[in-house]
Amino acid sequence: MSVYTQGVVALMGVNILMALSVYAIVMADQVSLGNAGFMAIGAYTSAYLSVKFGIPIFPSLIIGALAASFIGILIGIPILRLEGLYFVMGTFGFGEVVRSFFMNFEPTGGAYGFRGPVGATLPMIYGWVLAFMVFFWLLERSRLGRSLDALRDDAEVASSIGLNVTLLKLGVFWLGSFTAGIAGGLYAHYMFYIESGNFHILVSAMAILCVILGGMYTFWGALLGGVIFSILPEVLRFMGGWRLSVYGSVLVLMMIFRPSGIISRHMVRNAGEWVGGIFRKASS
Amino acid sequence: MLEIAHISKHFGGLKALEEITFHVKEKQIYGLIGPNGAGKTTLFNLITGFLPATHGSIQFLGNELTGLKAHKIAKLGIARTFQNIRLFSTMTVKENVLVAQNIRARSGVTSLVRLFSAKEKRFEEEADDLLKRMGLWEKRKEQSLSLAYGEQRRLEIARALALEPRLLLLDEPAAGMNEAETEDLLDRISEIRNMGKTVFLIEHDMNVVMGICDYISVLNFGELIAQGTPDEIQASEAVIEAYLGREEE
Repeated sequence: MSVYTQGVVALMGVNILMALSVYAIVMADQVSLGNAGFMAIGAYTSAYLSVKFGIPIFPSLIIGALAASFIGILIGIPILRLEGLYFVMGTFGFGEVVRSFFMNFEPTGGAYGFRGPVGATLPMIYGWVLAFMVFFWLLERSRLGRSLDALRDDAEVASSIGLNVTLLKLGVFWLGSFTAGIAGGLYAHYMFYIESGNFHILVSAMAILCVILGGMYTFWGALLGGVIFSILPEVLRFMGGWRLSVYGSVLVLMMIFRPSGIISRHMVRNAGEWVGGIFRKASS
Repeated sequence: MLEIAHISKHFGGLKALEEITFHVKEKQIYGLIGPNGAGKTTLFNLITGFLPATHGSIQFLGNELTGLKAHKIAKLGIARTFQNIRLFSTMTVKENVLVAQNIRARSGVTSLVRLFSAKEKRFEEEADDLLKRMGLWEKRKEQSLSLAYGEQRRLEIARALALEPRLLLLDEPAAGMNEAETEDLLDRISEIRNMGKTVFLIEHDMNVVMGICDYISVLNFGELIAQGTPDEIQASEAVIEAYLGREEE
């Protein structure tokens, strides 16, 4: 694999994780436009720990993600009271606050950025992707996952069957910010250099687009969206500046013809039964 | 079992409920009737914690319910249905029932790795049982919204029963049903009482409740105008007036 291809594939892993971080919060029927903020906290925290204190990559990634999810809980408590567009605006504001914080925060380089974290490899990035996929797969099949489906369908009815809606929302917000924190840490340790501009609002927006395109009702959608939006720019490179208008057109068409994304829960269920059938045949 | 004392609910200047006092006894089928807009659903919303009361108290088995969140009240053993059916639309029929077992089952993060336990199998069987009882078992794999109207109402009741509640609140369970469907539903409600549950139902059609309720309260413009057995209610001047209007002399 050429260095260039390697870079594309590595970023694809980070994009998938970011899409999953958005999907986590979408499970509670909320769209977060601030996940680049959590990514930044994860990236800067883990990079700082690695470079200044020589902490190995694995623990520093975890600490970075815990820091991101801790902040996530702190802002989640007030912000999860907001709904719909207000929640989007609230998280957008948060993302921008974090970005300008790191732009001005001298200990992590301020506007010059922060240099030095190393050690993320392709297998490591995809190990994390796999771990999160397994987690989301188990979640989707569990009783907890079904509680989240209930919350998404009708929060009021969910509370009438005894589900603690506030706790569920806070839980997925924690999960989303933790996932974004891991994505940020991996990004920093792969790129060797981060600056506040890496965690621009567009990063959050792209992660949302992945979920919208791939499918909003299953984590497989986030995976597919992450892959598509990582490869598409390379495929469309010959178009130069026109690439972005292709993105736009794809989205408009999606919204018209398949508003809940490419992969639906129904497809996953059918595929699951199909695979199950093959195994049963093979074993009989 | 359920004691409602001096409950009032005001929306700004509108007095939706005023000084309501009555109690529901264990294993009763209790009916609350009244014309549309009398405040029946508002009272249900106060009991289940969907709305805060302006003042007054609601006690269930000795627990004060006012001020509690909806999910806490459900855990105390009160389940409800809704006037405008509200099923979980992305789920199948059986999933609608399974999800309502979550407060009794292991449904936290640990549920991720405990899919095939014996306990889980028991819950599955229990859900199948409930669906059979409500006549929905053959349709358990269908999407909930693909059911016919009467079936959706029955599924809502099955979902509420999956909580294993002590008290079941039914908000106009027969609304929009034809006579045969209503008959069938009333049989099932009697059966639920025979399971040892207390049923508290709202209805605006008097004829529906007369046959099955042990005791009835009548609400009109936010105030209780009569309480008694079905016979007493049918004879009550105030009730006839509320439903039919006063005859001009």
